[in-house]
Amino acid sequence: MITILVAAALLVAGGLGAWLASARPVVAGRIGLAAAAAGCALGTAGAAGAWARGGALRLAWSVPYGELHLRADGLASLFLILIFPVGLLASLYGTAYWKEHLAPSRAGAAWLFHNLLLAGMVLVVVAANGILFLLAWEVMSLASFFLIAVGDDRDPAVRDAGRLYLVATHAGTAFLLVMFALLASGSGTMDFPAWERAGGPAAGAAGFLFLCALIGFGTKAGLAPFHVWLPEAHPAAPSHVSALMSAVMIETGLYGLLRSLGFLGEPPLWWGAALLGVGIASGILGAYFALLQPDIKRALAYSSVENAGITAAGAGLGLAGLSLDQPAMAALGFGGALLHVVHHALLKALLFMGAGCVALATGTRRIDRLGGLARRLPAEGRLFLVASAALSGLPPLNAFAGELLLYLSALSGLLALDGPAALLPAAAVAGLAMTGGLAAACFARLAGIVWLGEPRTPEAAGASGTPAGLRRPMTVLAAGALILAVLPAAGLALAAPAAAVCLAAPPGSSPAWEAGRAPMMWLSAGAVLTALLAAAVWRLRERRPARGASRTGPTWDCGYDLPSPRMQYTASSFSSPLASLFTWIPSGRVRGEAPAGPFPVSASYDVEIARPFQERIYRPAFASVARGLARLRWLQHGRVQLYVLYIVVTLIVLIVRLLVAGETP
Amino acid sequence: MIAPAAVFLLGLALAPLTGGLIVRVKSLAAGRTGPPILQPYFDLARLWRKGTVRSTSTSWVFASGSVITAAATAAALALVPAGGVRAPLAFAGDAVLLVGLLALGRFAMVLSAMDTGSSFEGMGASRETAFSALAEPVLMLVVASVARASGGLSLSEMLGPGLPAAWGLHGASLALAAAALFVILLAENARIPVDDPATHLELTMIHEVMLLDHSGPDLALMEYASALKLWIFGALLAGLAVPVRTGWEALDLAAFLAGTAAAAAVVGLVESSMARLQLARVPQLVVGAGALAAFGVVLGVRA
Repeated sequence: MITILVAAALLVAGGLGAWLASARPVVAGRIGLAAAAAGCALGTAGAAGAWARGGALRLAWSVPYGELHLRADGLASLFLILIFPVGLLASLYGTAYWKEHLAPSRAGAAWLFHNLLLAGMVLVVVAANGILFLLAWEVMSLASFFLIAVGDDRDPAVRDAGRLYLVATHAGTAFLLVMFALLASGSGTMDFPAWERAGGPAAGAAGFLFLCALIGFGTKAGLAPFHVWLPEAHPAAPSHVSALMSAVMIETGLYGLLRSLGFLGEPPLWWGAALLGVGIASGILGAYFALLQPDIKRALAYSSVENAGITAAGAGLGLAGLSLDQPAMAALGFGGALLHVVHHALLKALLFMGAGCVALATGTRRIDRLGGLARRLPAEGRLFLVASAALSGLPPLNAFAGELLLYLSALSGLLALDGPAALLPAAAVAGLAMTGGLAAACFARLAGIVWLGEPRTPEAAGASGTPAGLRRPMTVLAAGALILAVLPAAGLALAAPAAAVCLAAPPGSSPAWEAGRAPMMWLSAGAVLTALLAAAVWRLRERRPARGASRTGPTWDCGYDLPSPRMQYTASSFSSPLASLFTWIPSGRVRGEAPAGPFPVSASYDVEIARPFQERIYRPAFASVARGLARLRWLQHGRVQLYVLYIVVTLIVLIVRLLVAGETP
Repeated sequence: MIAPAAVFLLGLALAPLTGGLIVRVKSLAAGRTGPPILQPYFDLARLWRKGTVRSTSTSWVFASGSVITAAATAAALALVPAGGVRAPLAFAGDAVLLVGLLALGRFAMVLSAMDTGSSFEGMGASRETAFSALAEPVLMLVVASVARASGGLSLSEMLGPGLPAAWGLHGASLALAAAALFVILLAENARIPVDDPATHLELTMIHEVMLLDHSGPDLALMEYASALKLWIFGALLAGLAVPVRTGWEALDLAAFLAGTAAAAAVVGLVESSMARLQLARVPQLVVGAGALAAFGVVLGVRA
């Protein structure tokens, strides 16, 4: 435990050091990277120790209700095991990326916020005191806000994205404040273990607190309909920051949700159903919107919404399993959800780093301006394509294992339950399958249009290799994903202690491991069989007695003589069959001029992708709040004397009230 | 005692025969003799011996696509029981792996098609992903429905010795599942009324258009993978719809083979008597099958 605290302190100190050295950018970068690397390496060792043995630390702290109480149980240590290594790789990538993409004067500030974000995430997951948790949560949120803006804060798109993120994250935190305040007023303490021992508040209050947690943490996790900040913030942020935010920071939302479920006592069925419903809705909507996006990083950001949905659906199945007294369903649901968190962290970090490579090599992130990159950036292409297939949930790649456990959770619930309750897992099966199908379509589009075929523009045609410093962290992530693909049981073993915390399993037992071990072993067999078959087929094809020679030629163009790369299928045409099925979700506005006459002179076509949640829900809601508050504007006029008067009047009113109540101030 | 590995080898060997049977049924229905039933084998052998012509636009994705598709589909075959005879790989959740491996094969095929940079192949890829995104939930609902009715979590259990009893208890639910499975068989295997395997107009095709640039052994592997996929769906349908589980494995296996042949004959009759649907109608067909499957699940869960 002390190792983790030292690692966090190292991160903060290095960040401050880098900031103080801002005048000399090279030094600032070195200090920042050294501290990040050392802190994350040390923290990884500490996290491994905490995973194996657990750990806790209590120090006195002179903050009312506060206590420096840190605890690394199974749940916290799983997230630590993700935060530190992904943080290390993101820092290494960031060094190379910022070398190309950051004004030197910003290096110190960038590293300060980068390291603060890492330290904030670490503290969030080990905090065992409400005040400490909220403080760490705020550090994490603010640091990530500044990181979004640090690259290019003169770009209006970046400013808007940053502002939206700041508003969304604080709106979420407001719900958390309410939840923590109510929990504290009920129990008289801010101590997490005390809340867990108390067994939860009364039923009605518990339901309200659950909704607060769902909205507050769901906003950070990117669950629909609270996800609106996510697709704006990720494209605006530097690529390794997107990787860090999408792979681990949004997962702290899930961590918070799972942690707070422990404070709320026995879950009624509607909690599980609500979480499952939100999860499936996020999964389908996230994958669907990812399919429409014209920008690689926006598509990946929506894919994070989808994957947050899959994890939430798994947690919902787990909760429903607890309420319905179905231990196998509960264990497989939480186990699958947490396993999926691990896989998503590896793959999404890899994909965002790959998107960063594309942006560096070509100068654009617009899918329709790319193409043919697999032959120009072969190493990055291999990594990106395999990660795309993996995150589509295709076996024998790693992310399938988590989804298999979720299906098993739902199917075992369906087999064991009777009547309407059994429809819940049945709906989960259909929803997960729909999400999976849409995700495969989304990644086929992303992989196919960006990397395959012929380049559509000179930028894409002129793409050349990216610095090796960008590729190395990606290779490490891919290696991790590959190990988990061959040995899915290892991933489950990693996630099982966290699932045991969610299941409130007695110490020493590991229900998720018991329930999921056998399918994981069979999955290894399936992966090995598929790989062996592929190797055998390849060998047979190469060694066959061929009569004709093998040669290359142009792509078959149906007799047309002059194919041009512009005639390739585009990203928007690729998604159009599916988009035409979901016309009830507003997908976008088409502007343009159709070609007219036998010899058209000009024509244009432009699609603006809709953001229905922002346009239909949030913008009107915020506008009406703004109108309401405008009536109070006369209070705020800029005269300092009157502001002082407000304070004096408030003080006098408070004193008079105390005097009337008969107490001495 | 029939070894599970024999089931796998039987599937590998007999898969191309299904396509030959369908063509024979169509020919007979049209009053022709038609090509020999073994024609698909001759075609595969001929293609396998040829050289390849690959597009200059392609990368390693195209070179490995046909191999991955064939290997993934063959691996999926290892999970499919032959009626009551167990599959070599059988475990709780193997149906999910089956659906996943078929999706992997499709993903590799779609990426191979897009690797050529052809707009026609892009069109096919786009349609294939769209329709399969709709078919996947239907297939999973069929699995859920059969799992619920039979009380098993692996395909070999679901279609195992308990199936006749399950038909007795949950006949309506299983019949709906079988009907939905048949529609998905047609949709996923590029058969009429979803796609026409005999058409030669690129604009109207889905599956075939993705293979325009495949030649020689690449094309042979893709065609063989399609045959395997058709066999897998036929085997699942026959296993579900022909609940003959006498305990004599030879007899069960004979009933199963007769079932797959009957499934092929029905596909042939459907193809002889229907035209291809408009592309815009295909989703309605698939969603309709989804409604059948969902209704089957609802019927199955009543206490």
